[in-house]
Amino acid sequence: MAQIIGGITTSHIPAIGNAISKELFDDPYWVPFFEGYPPVRDWLADSKPDVAIVIYNDHGLNFFLDKLPTFAVGAAPEYHNADEGWGLATLDPYPGDPELSWHVIESLVADEFDITSCQEMKVDHGFTVPMSLFWPNRKEVGIKTIPVCINTVQHPLPSPSRCYRLGQAIGRAIESYDKDLKVVVLGTGGLSHQLDGERAGFINKEFDLMCMEKIVSDPEALTGYSIHDIVRLAGAQGTELILWLAMRGALTGTVSKLHGNYHIPISNTASGLLLLENAA
Amino acid sequence: MTSYLHDAEPIPGTTIFDGKMAIKGYALNKMCYSFNDAEGREAFLADEEAYCDKFGLNEEQKAAIRNRNVLDMIKAGGNIYYLAKFAGIFGLGVQDVGAQQTGMTVEAFKDMLVEAGR
Repeated sequence: MAQIIGGITTSHIPAIGNAISKELFDDPYWVPFFEGYPPVRDWLADSKPDVAIVIYNDHGLNFFLDKLPTFAVGAAPEYHNADEGWGLATLDPYPGDPELSWHVIESLVADEFDITSCQEMKVDHGFTVPMSLFWPNRKEVGIKTIPVCINTVQHPLPSPSRCYRLGQAIGRAIESYDKDLKVVVLGTGGLSHQLDGERAGFINKEFDLMCMEKIVSDPEALTGYSIHDIVRLAGAQGTELILWLAMRGALTGTVSKLHGNYHIPISNTASGLLLLENAA
Repeated sequence: MTSYLHDAEPIPGTTIFDGKMAIKGYALNKMCYSFNDAEGREAFLADEEAYCDKFGLNEEQKAAIRNRNVLDMIKAGGNIYYLAKFAGIFGLGVQDVGAQQTGMTVEAFKDMLVEAGR
């Protein structure tokens, strides 16, 4: 049977993609950020997952406001990156696992999560930056991916509680798959930040650190917040916390924190990283 | 079960991009979405007014675009994720946009962020 071996959260700020392409790893601005990642890469090299479920948000590359699903699951043989408007180099495609995707889709709908299935899906920095951070050697490793996209663009956004339960349903879906696969679940984005309005630049370190602790030990404590609460406490784009909660919901076993890093600022954002092991 | 839809307490300096704003800003956001493609960016730069008209922007939206004023774009229904693509045409990042909206210099805005980490 398939098994979820762990979950990882990371910020996915576009500037990180730019810093990776320019190899700014030793730049003093970037050192406190990039130095968080080697322990995660070592763990991935040792544990060798076959598939990554990448829970992220699209920022207006694949979806526009004409049709904007709350929850979308990729079911493509591969996922393409594309220009997001900044003229950055386009990254090579990411292999999918359509058979597992359809299993997840069937299982989620049976579990009353009426998602949108996508046989074509362009993936933006919310997906690609974490993949570059965790698997700089992804082509040698051959990791397969399933993008799970949650709407954070157009309110109403799904509640933290709903996203946590979506994650639990993803966990049930993976664990009922009859192939021996090792699966890791990524929750990308966060932590506190706000890009728009007179409140741009808002960061709440205290709230972030509380979230980084609770998401490990007591995630349900975070499910009582409304989206409005999170906008107030973590900034308009701090709502990406729901992506972390969906990841955490998928870890249904005994969860232990193996590594973490938190750094302010990267671009406008408080960046957070967590590596969680999920033991059966 | 509380929902932000029923929470009337406004958050200062923050516009919740809800259905009302989505209706208001549709044309503006659709134009900005087109800036994902280099052709859209080039066509805009070649003739800004004609490009705005092609997407049916209203006067308020066109003025905000003309003045490169992000707060006015937000008031006119702009969504920051799409507006970021507009800013990208001019090589502006989120810190430039943040500085403009808060009336700070870019350096002061960056310092404020660093300060938040202390």
